[in-house]
Amino acid sequence: MRLLSSSVSITRYKVKGKIQGSLVQTIMDGLKKNSITEIDNQPVEKAAGWTSFDNPYLPDFQTSSCAIGAHFVFSLRIDKKNIPSKIIKKYYTIEMAKRLAESGREYFSRNEKSQIKEYVVNALSLSIPATPNIYDIIWNYDGSSLWFFSNQKAANEDLETLFSKSFGLTLIRLFPYTMADLASGITDKERDLLSTISPTKFMD
Amino acid sequence: MLDVSIAYNRYKFLGHEFLTWLWFIMEVDPACILKAESDMVSLEVDNRIVLENSFDNRIENIRIKGDEAGFEEAKLSLQKGGVVTELNFSLKIGDHEWKFNIKGESLNISSLKSPETGKLQKKEDIEGAVLEKIYLYEKVVVLVENLYKQFIRIRVSGKWKNETIPLIKKWIKS
Repeated sequence: MRLLSSSVSITRYKVKGKIQGSLVQTIMDGLKKNSITEIDNQPVEKAAGWTSFDNPYLPDFQTSSCAIGAHFVFSLRIDKKNIPSKIIKKYYTIEMAKRLAESGREYFSRNEKSQIKEYVVNALSLSIPATPNIYDIIWNYDGSSLWFFSNQKAANEDLETLFSKSFGLTLIRLFPYTMADLASGITDKERDLLSTISPTKFMD
Repeated sequence: MLDVSIAYNRYKFLGHEFLTWLWFIMEVDPACILKAESDMVSLEVDNRIVLENSFDNRIENIRIKGDEAGFEEAKLSLQKGGVVTELNFSLKIGDHEWKFNIKGESLNISSLKSPETGKLQKKEDIEGAVLEKIYLYEKVVVLVENLYKQFIRIRVSGKWKNETIPLIKKWIKS
């Protein structure tokens, strides 16, 4: 989801850890090393990587910086080939029939069927272009906070994995418990109480 | 700290209680909300409430939606032991209005519509547009964080049991 859209969704994170050495250089290196790679014409179903916020289809971390004001602004791109199950079924059935005829056998084992399906999916992956999804990111390094412009579970999980791999820092998703524990300024005593509380019954 | 997935599920009730408390505060003591942001004119439930009621090992979700929707049914659900799981808000600061949704279990912000900004004419204007959007989104993010802080401080204190719960019960019955 794009941050300049008329309607956005935001998942908030706390960034744990600090970068050693040159901040901008380390971030740009992490983005370059893990930028999105094209998977069209390749037998790959999915790819996730960083891309430029202002040029997501032609990422360029070599010449353009991602710093805007006090923030780093870039995007996560997830390319996925969505092959309809009916197309897979069609080509799987054709391939099965062909191989049975060639081998003179009456049936294949479960393992062989699975290999044929994998072959069919790989072959189809070569001819189907990947659908790109772009999710923007605003990273306030000094404030140790990051906004991810999507609430989708799978996209959030891809972000968390790639971020850790790229920068060696951990993203902690802010939800009721982590917000209470990390972002509410509570004392140790209050934190102990937090760990023991149970749901309130508002009506008897 | 607890494992994240365990903590998410075990404490999602805190998010539901937060939204229930917030709806109560918005109706009963709106002045308390106004303290969270200096120029805030109002924070109100807009056009959608989702509640969850569990009984006899079943979970019932009640969705009330629409610009003209009355929230009597939502109150009725609370009377039956329900909690608010999702709220849609209208926030007014100065002459500007924001609309957004908060889901209790994650405290994620969704469907956030900020005040209109100028149309992007040139590529060089992107930086300014991004900074303007950050400023506008920050208003909502900081407000939610401040309100949640306020809630948690009460929730882990004796005030919750001794003062807040009786007041919420009274409001639900009203």
